[in-house]
Amino acid sequence: MFRETTVNTALVAILVAVPLVAQAAGEPFIITLATKVAIFAMAGVGLNIALGYGGLVSFGHAAFFGIGGYAAGILASHAQSYTPLMTWPFAIGGTQQMLIIWPVALAASGIAALVIGALSLRTSGVYFIMITLAFAQMVFYFAVSWPAYGGEDGLPIYVRDKFPGLNTLDPLQFFAVAFACFLLAVLVSVVLSRSRFGLALQGARQNVERVRAVGIDPYRLRLVAFVISGMITGLAGALYADLNRFVSPSMLSWQTSGEIMVFVILGGVGRHFGPLAGAALFILLEHELGSVSEYWQFLLGLLLLLVVLFAHGGLIGVLTRRPHRD
Amino acid sequence: MTDPVLEIRKLTKRFGALTVSDGIDFDLRPGEIHALIGPNGAGKSTLIKQICGELHPDAGAILFSGRDLAGEGSVARARRGLARTFQVSSVAPEFTALQNVVLAVQGASGATFRFLRPALGDAALTGPARAFMERVGLSGRENVPASILSHGERRRLELAMALAMEPRVFLLDEPMAGLGPEGSQEMTAILSDLRHEAPILLVEHDMDAVFTLADRISVLVYGRIIATGTVDEIRANAEVQSAYLGDDA
Ligand SMILES: Nc1ncnc2c1ncn2[C@@H]1O[C@H](COP(=O)(O)OP(=O)(O)O)[C@@H](O)[C@H]1O
Ligand SMILES: [Mg+2]
Repeated sequence: MFRETTVNTALVAILVAVPLVAQAAGEPFIITLATKVAIFAMAGVGLNIALGYGGLVSFGHAAFFGIGGYAAGILASHAQSYTPLMTWPFAIGGTQQMLIIWPVALAASGIAALVIGALSLRTSGVYFIMITLAFAQMVFYFAVSWPAYGGEDGLPIYVRDKFPGLNTLDPLQFFAVAFACFLLAVLVSVVLSRSRFGLALQGARQNVERVRAVGIDPYRLRLVAFVISGMITGLAGALYADLNRFVSPSMLSWQTSGEIMVFVILGGVGRHFGPLAGAALFILLEHELGSVSEYWQFLLGLLLLLVVLFAHGGLIGVLTRRPHRD
Repeated sequence: MTDPVLEIRKLTKRFGALTVSDGIDFDLRPGEIHALIGPNGAGKSTLIKQICGELHPDAGAILFSGRDLAGEGSVARARRGLARTFQVSSVAPEFTALQNVVLAVQGASGATFRFLRPALGDAALTGPARAFMERVGLSGRENVPASILSHGERRRLELAMALAMEPRVFLLDEPMAGLGPEGSQEMTAILSDLRHEAPILLVEHDMDAVFTLADRISVLVYGRIIATGTVDEIRANAEVQSAYLGDDA
């Protein structure tokens, strides 16, 4: 039907146009929705590296999304209450600077992905799905039962974290931050998938025996992919916390893992802009139908079923109508 | 006499009550094609799998250039230059033919953890890959997805991938399988050229090909090597005649 680049360009153009039009029309809520799409899409871009290129069906990416979110929430809460994060062996205070929060979120979710991946990647197939889910649930229950940072009630960020030169409280400016991060994540995913690393990773998805036979260890390959994947989803989580000015264990729940997976599958597994298409459709459905009926989730399920049964390339696949993986 | 590149001593492997490798002694010398023949289920593929580290023997040793390979996995053995092809073609189906060979060149180079430069834009990978494809007669098919290649082309693609691995030994599991007479002849020509690259352990049912190519032949029946010798010796061997050649040819 269309070339994939045409579809991608159109999707990005729409994502940029919607908040600009909303700004002109004085509809800040629509800008917030677009920001949500960009952040969810970014979380999906992260998962897509593991799921789409590595064939690693992780049902635990909420752990990284939530850990990124809590990194932002915890640092901000300490900055706001002027209490140090720790005093021993050296003193570390909180911060509200995104440029400090982001590396912390990336590191925290990366370390979590390293640990979870190192153990989970010893299994495969349905066991891998279950063990990643189990780890994410452990993180979830830990957050619920840890009173220092709000436990079940979550943790508010009273004033949105700052970015040099911008007023992040302005919806359009915060959208710009989220959008730039999303684009950067896609760039990482494109460059990675074409690199030597990406070639071997995708080879291992298709035929792991063959990859071993040419002398490449699939375990290390997948672990690195899993860590990069978790870090991108983690950074999206930090942005999501700032969007809502609130972090709670629900970011860590298995429903969140499922939703991130839905963005990827709806949009098209292994398509660079698939998560954007998927997240946009998800938010559209939630927003348009969610107000009409509580059964919008039923419709979403039906749509997902159709995609899985008839359109393996997801939305992007339907629009480009040519099985293709780049 | 030169030392063997590959030496197998008293190799034993059981699947439950079934002894698939029954004290196998086998060697492969520099520059030779050593054919391994035997009826279906004799344990030929299982022997190859043990050599390349996919299966682990219950007893016995596999020596490569005099070094015991026990404890090394299939990845490490591939890096040593044990290049195999599979009885049932095993390639990355969504990749193009060229991407498959590039993957093998990359595996041999040992530099996989590079994240920035496009693999297909790297002449250090694509240059050799194209040359290997040409050697097996796949020029012009570089951009065809492997899943669309014909059966015969996929067999040759596997050979190109084996060639790309800086092989010290080829382990070829029935490369002629399903090729038809013409395809077999072409494959025979390619293999006889390969022997200059590295010695070949050739598992094959096509007796014309085996008699044309092999310097030595070993006959495996029920996990035991019942005879090893030159082409003429094996042709003349009465036990081999009754056990194998009799009902096959
Ligand atoms: N993983 C396995 N588990 C149990 N039995 C096996 C396994 N692999 C092969 N076999 C059996 O071992 C015997 C030898 O198989 P194989 O090595 O494939 O024979 P060949 O390649 O000579 O035809 C056959 O009887 C086969 O059924
Ligand atoms: Mg066999």
